[in-house]
Parts: sequence; structure tokens; C-alpha cells
Amino acid sequence: MSRCRFGTVITASLVVGVLAGCSNTAAQQRESGQLTVFAAASLSAPFTRLAEDFEAANPGTAVRLNVAGSADLAAQILAGAPVDVFASADEANMAKVVDGGLTAGEPRDIATNTLTIAVPKGNPAGITGFADLAGAGVQVVVCAVQVPCGAAAAELEEAAGLRLSPVSEETSVTGVLGKVASGEADAGLVYVTDVLAAGESVQEVPFPEAQQAVNRYPLVQLAGPADADLAAAFVRFIRGAEGQAALEEAGFGAP
Amino acid sequence: MPPSSTVPLPRWVLAGAVAGALFLLLPLAAVTAEVNWAEFIPLVTSDASLAALSLSLRTAAASTLLCILLGVPLALVLARTRFPGKRLVRSLVLLPLVLPPVVGGIALLYTFGRQGLLGGTLDLLGIQVAFSTTAVILAQTFVALPFLVLTLEGALRTAGTRYEAVAATLGARPWTVLRRVTVPLVLPGLASGAVLSFARCLGEFGATLAFAGSLQGVTRTLPLEIYLQREADADAAVALSLVLVVVAVAVVGLSYRSAPGRSASTRSAAGRSAPAGAAG
Repeated sequence: MSRCRFGTVITASLVVGVLAGCSNTAAQQRESGQLTVFAAASLSAPFTRLAEDFEAANPGTAVRLNVAGSADLAAQILAGAPVDVFASADEANMAKVVDGGLTAGEPRDIATNTLTIAVPKGNPAGITGFADLAGAGVQVVVCAVQVPCGAAAAELEEAAGLRLSPVSEETSVTGVLGKVASGEADAGLVYVTDVLAAGESVQEVPFPEAQQAVNRYPLVQLAGPADADLAAAFVRFIRGAEGQAALEEAGFGAP
Repeated sequence: MPPSSTVPLPRWVLAGAVAGALFLLLPLAAVTAEVNWAEFIPLVTSDASLAALSLSLRTAAASTLLCILLGVPLALVLARTRFPGKRLVRSLVLLPLVLPPVVGGIALLYTFGRQGLLGGTLDLLGIQVAFSTTAVILAQTFVALPFLVLTLEGALRTAGTRYEAVAATLGARPWTVLRRVTVPLVLPGLASGAVLSFARCLGEFGATLAFAGSLQGVTRTLPLEIYLQREADADAAVALSLVLVVVAVAVVGLSYRSAPGRSASTRSAAGRSAPAGAAG
């Protein structure tokens, strides 16, 4: 029996400890100086750097950055996540948040992105342009039309009058990139920024038709828990020279 | 041995059990509450949904068969033989249980993929695994096999070796002992292992996504379809989630309904073999 009681005591103290931990962090979050930013997955690298720069330029502030697919982020925001700034990889998901009445300002584009062809190192299938993707025996991977990169790919097919028959329609651009980098696929349609971020594992085959489907990245201030002036300062920072330079360096186009 | 029910449990155990059950059931109730019933039938009978459901059932059935073919010998060797490094082998075999499925998918990619370890060999044999339904079955078998091995090995240990020893002393050859004594004795364990594997196959997501890709009717199983629909149409994702929950409950319920009669026989068999084990 004493073992049982001992177990109870341990369990009880664990529960109390966990609860205490929760309330502590909740209290800390309410303090000013904490800024929560939700950004599309493709913005991960430049926004991580920019968040650090913003913290350095504004001592006492802490930026909590959450990166995921834009649809996930929009769903979390609409479900009541406490967020101060939202950067989406497409206009559709931004529209959902705007329609939800959760914004504290007008969304404005901060960047653009275009698709490009990613091929495995050495380009084994000898892809030279968009038309080659429809060639017989070429294993092409694209995003599913439900996600922004897939919508852009469908737009390109439409504009170029070319129907691709992909071997896989991935749920994210990282899925496409993974299949290409591992050599499973001969080619994939990904964003210019993805190829840049992927480094050595893939090569890019640029094609002129890409300009016919341009993805816009809107950013908006939300009615979040942080000080509105702080959130506004972050939005200005991203839209300003330093933010734009970092986005350009990551391969994004001007808004 | 099953604990006797006459000794009451401490009260806090009951409180913990209620909390545990609520923790598991509340999310299921929440999903059900989110279902848009007016649109439910059209949502789950769309071409994409039916293709995904059919692919899931077909691949899970094929994978379960593969699990039985590979898992039964593996469980027998683990339960009935002694060899150096057996503990290590068992931990490695059970690794997919604790491995994130996406890691399994990546590992499979480097094994069966075009550039993988066996890619060249498979290519010579004219087998294309990449982006095929075969890839889905491989991914599901990889994550589900340990469930079958674990369940069956447990059943084999519980059943003991008494009857096998008797059959052998009466002159039965190993194959006869296996066919006439061992397998019938652990059949309930094999059945529940197969059901568990089937359920795990149905839910497989990460390894399939990383290894097989996602194309309607070929590699896009129900969990992948749900994940994709969630991007564009939350109602469809919720409706399909409910379908998957219902299928899973039906599968598990089916196995539990057949369990009492069968497991009673296992239990009595185990009960009879235990003293022999103790004596030996």
C-alpha cells in the first residue's frame, strides 16, 4: 500500500508541476514585448533571420515564429490562435483570415514567387524546358491543385496549353523537392526560392513560361495579444528596406 | 494471468481511467460534432473519396497478407529459438513501432527507391516501385509488421511449448507440429495481430507520403486524401475522417467480438501449460 501512496504522491506532484508550468508560461505570454508571427513555410529562412534582426534592433522584444503551410496557419488563426502578424503564401488563405474579421490593418504583398523546374543533380532525364515535362517516360512530380504551388502549376499548364501527367501530386512543395532530390522523380515544379534553399541536392531548369503564374505573399497585422505598436513596427520592418533585402536574397521577387 | 476482479481497485485508479477514456474519446466526439451532415453523403461519395477508400482497403488487405507471410516465421523464430544477439534482433524488428513513420518512409526510399540500395536490382527485374501502389503496400507493411510479430510472439510464449513437446515425443515432424499444434493454438493471437496490422495499415500516412507519393487511385490512400482535402475543403476532410474512424471501429470491434470465445480457449490453454512450464 505504501508503494501505492508513494505513486499517488508522485503522480499528484507531477500533475501540479505540469499545471504550474502551464500557468507560468501563460503569464509570461501576456507580458508585452512578446510578438507571435505566423508565416508560410516558404518564408521560413528569411523570416527566421528577420525575426532575430528585429529582436536585436528592439531590445526586450521576443518574436515567436510559427511556420507551416498557409492553409494550416489560416485554420489555426480562425480557430482562435493568439497571433499578431500573418504572412501567407497565397491570397486565398489571406482572404479567409480577412473574411474572419481578425485583421488590424490592410494586407499588403511583401513578395512574389514563381515556379521553376527542379531536377536531380546531373539532370538524368535531360530536361531543358517546360515542354519536356510532358515527354513520354518522364516522371514528373507537382503539388496537388488544392495547395498554392499546385494551383500555380495548374495555371501554368493552362497558360502554356500543356497537360502534364504527373506520377505524384504532393501535398506540399517540400514533398515535391524531396522526391526530386532523392532521384525518385526526373523533375518537379517548385518555387524558385525552394531550389535556392535546397542547395546542392537539386538543379534548376528555368523556363520563360514561369512568369505566367506569379504567386503573391500578402502580410497583415492581426488583432493579436501583443502591443499593437510593436506588431505595427514588425510589419513596417518586413515591408521596409531590410525586410525586402532579406526576401530578395532568399530568391523572392519584388511585390 | 488475468487479475481476479474481487479485489477492489484504489479509487484514484478509477479517476485516472475516466480521465484517460475522456482524453481519447473527446476528440472523436469533437470530430463527429463538426460533420456537415447535409453534405456528408456527397462529400464521402465523391470520385476522389471513393478512390481513396477503395485504395486504402485494397492496400491494407495486401499489406496484412504480407505481414502474415513475413511476420509468422519471424515471431516463431523469436519465440522458439535461441541464438546470440536475439534481444538486439527483437529490438530492431520492433523499431518501426517507435520510429516516426516519415523516417520509415525515407529509409524505404533509400532501399527500394530508384537510386536506393535495391533500386538497380529491381530495375533489372523490370520492377518499378517508385510512385506505384506497390510502394504503398511496402510502406504499410513496414510500419505494421511489428504489430503482428509482437502479438504473435506474445501468444506463442503464453501458449508454451508443452503440447509441441508432447507431439514431438509422439513422433511428429517439425512441420506437422507447427501445422497441427502450434498454429491452431495461437490462431486467436494471429487473428488479433492481423487485425491490428490491418488497422495500422489503414492509418498509415507518413511513410506513404514520404515514400510512395500521392496520386488519386494509385498512391493516395484515405489518410493522404484527408490531409489534402484539409487544405481546401475542411468539411470534406472531417467527413472522410469520420469514415476512417467508422472503418477502424468496425475492424477493431469485429476482432473484439470474436475474441471472448477464442481468447477463453487461449487462456485455458495457457493455464494448463503454465504449471508445466513451472515444473520444467
